Amino acid sequence: MKPNRPAPRLSDPGRFALVMFFLAGLLLVGLVLNVNIGSVSIAPGQVFRLLWDAIRYSAANLVTRGGYAGALEAVVKATTESQILFSIRLPRLLLAAVLGGALSVSGYLLQVFFRNPIAGPFVLGISSGAKMVVGITLIFLTPYLGTLSPWVLILAAFAGSLVITLFVLLFSQTVRSMSMLLVIGIMVGYLCGAVTDFSITFASEYDVVNLTNWSMGSFSGANWAYVRTALLLCLPGVAAAGLLSKPIGAYALGEGYAQSMGVRIKPFRVALILLSSLLSACVTALAGPISFVGIAVPHITRSLLKSAKPAFVIPASFLCGAVFCVFCDLLARTVFTPTELSIGTVTSAFGAPVVIYMMVQRRRTQEG
Amino acid sequence: MDIYFKTDDLSVGYNGRPLIRDICLQLEKGKVLTLIGPNGAGKSTILKTITRQLSALSGVVTLDGRSLTAWQPRELAQRLAVVLTDRVRPELMTCAEVVAMGRYPYTGLLGRLTPEDEAAVDGALALVHAENLAGQDFSTLSDGQRQRVLLARALCQEPEVLVLDEPTAYLDIRHKIDLLELLREMAHQKQLTVVMSLHEIDLAVKSSDLLLCVQGDGIAAFGPPEQILAQHTIEQLYGLEGGSYNPLFGSVELGGPKGKPKVFVVAGAGAGIPCYRLLQKQGLPFATGILFENDIDTPIAKQLTDYVVTAPAYTPMTGEQFEAAARLLEGCELVLDAGAPIGPLNRMNQKLLALAQEKQIPVRRVGE
Repeated sequence: MKPNRPAPRLSDPGRFALVMFFLAGLLLVGLVLNVNIGSVSIAPGQVFRLLWDAIRYSAANLVTRGGYAGALEAVVKATTESQILFSIRLPRLLLAAVLGGALSVSGYLLQVFFRNPIAGPFVLGISSGAKMVVGITLIFLTPYLGTLSPWVLILAAFAGSLVITLFVLLFSQTVRSMSMLLVIGIMVGYLCGAVTDFSITFASEYDVVNLTNWSMGSFSGANWAYVRTALLLCLPGVAAAGLLSKPIGAYALGEGYAQSMGVRIKPFRVALILLSSLLSACVTALAGPISFVGIAVPHITRSLLKSAKPAFVIPASFLCGAVFCVFCDLLARTVFTPTELSIGTVTSAFGAPVVIYMMVQRRRTQEG
Repeated sequence: MDIYFKTDDLSVGYNGRPLIRDICLQLEKGKVLTLIGPNGAGKSTILKTITRQLSALSGVVTLDGRSLTAWQPRELAQRLAVVLTDRVRPELMTCAEVVAMGRYPYTGLLGRLTPEDEAAVDGALALVHAENLAGQDFSTLSDGQRQRVLLARALCQEPEVLVLDEPTAYLDIRHKIDLLELLREMAHQKQLTVVMSLHEIDLAVKSSDLLLCVQGDGIAAFGPPEQILAQHTIEQLYGLEGGSYNPLFGSVELGGPKGKPKVFVVAGAGAGIPCYRLLQKQGLPFATGILFENDIDTPIAKQLTDYVVTAPAYTPMTGEQFEAAARLLEGCELVLDAGAPIGPLNRMNQKLLALAQEKQIPVRRVGE
């Protein structure tokens, strides 16, 4: 240590490692609690044993190309507990973790894009846009296509997200103030909500039940197909966001400086929007609209890291979002059993205060 | 020496509407070019165009023998760095991190800094005397400190051409001088080519090899400062009324009091200037004399009043000049003796004071 340099000059990798370790620990706790608590409680020891067996056999199954399928099946279907664990709680937990992480990264990318820490897929109306298109798809296409695969829903949500993002973008060219941008986002959100409600009015009762469940926002519909789809889309999406961390850092200095340092602004901005829309669309399609995670989690992450270095913030946000959603889902599931809260209720309860705090804080630092 | 940076018939402007046409300038390596001109004349527009932030409406900008548009962004960034007027407010970034952004065109995919990069950051911070700011949060700096750190960032990019838009805007006088001296030094020793815009004409004249006078829709003049001073371009450029700006000293005077002189100042050897300024602030019209034409009081007196009696340099004052001064003095209500030393050449001034006493016009000696 050099004595004349008390403050760290660059973002501290040690702190990053510590935060990641802490979040991973929390995630593990969340995992155990989540599979453990419920109408049927499963002892942690048994959870780990079952998990270990399942992992062992699936690995062996992969290596021997199907040689252990029977053994795997036996583990999964052995008892009620194992069935609950493998077909309900585990996929739900994984889905909550992956989608929570994806939503946080999606929000972070939007904040980079608008250079505004309170941008997020929910407040900008992008989630509502996705919900609108998914809703319309559910109502008008289900009669023709039967049960819709998650891919169709994701595609619909992606289209909705993109359309609304471009719409908000169009306005953001004329209004530079960040509060105006939010007002526009909220208005667009209401507009999409109105269209969704309008469609529901003309839908058959059966479709509406489907839609209401979904539109409340919940991880309760989780199954392994959803988990696989989410992993397949979100992990590459987050990895791609990680690859953008260098230009994201430069972009924090403003477009002019970023351009002067060699960032190709237009493709970069397009990449930000596409990635962010893809991630939030994935979430909206598989779990419904979930509010405030996209704003609150990146903020919490930055505060934990005491740094805005994108190469740190992106992975830490993903992990932090996973932790946040796993715990929120746990609360949604268990606080008022057997009634289940929608996930949005819980994330709002925790996320909205964080956002209010941020706005007050910013005002103070900007004007004080 | 070869021309390193030039523009040919360049037209710049926004949305296809040309603001300034036919800009032709040529710059050798290691020269300092300063753009001067009134507010809104288009200095920034030119700077934005030669840094490729705006595309040229017509004409070509050539850097190192290649058209600006032919350079890859990364290659260009290794040769051209900027200091902009954009307000930069990155959150949670230390100054060292902001400066390290300058390494962008040299680092790999993830922007990891090598020890050489870190050394370049330290070197750049040292050049602007900001080593002590390295660990500080950038957003907590004063405007002047921020400007210095942004300059360090640009230097850290190791450019061949440095473009600065009003770099002295937020700096106090010491840091203005430091900055311009640093730029001159870099130009001289490292063959850095500097293109900047300045509001301080006197500093522009003293620090630049070439001046470009930007006026309305065209270039009023381009050439070495001496030539431009000789042509009185600057007064025309800013629409200054006769004499309120003294290009040789770079001193600006506010408009002098108008009307028939009420006070006569017997001055010389610089003693008059404080009296003139005081009277100007009180709004009292004054006359002054007898001053040698090479006296330091003379140019200021001429800027502030039309009633100045002068004598040719190094020759004894004559009765004729005394008569002229006496006529002015007799019309005044008060005579100020600035306290100039009296020698064999300016005895007439003593006679003037005697005349005032004789005519019973009150005489005040400055300092009493």
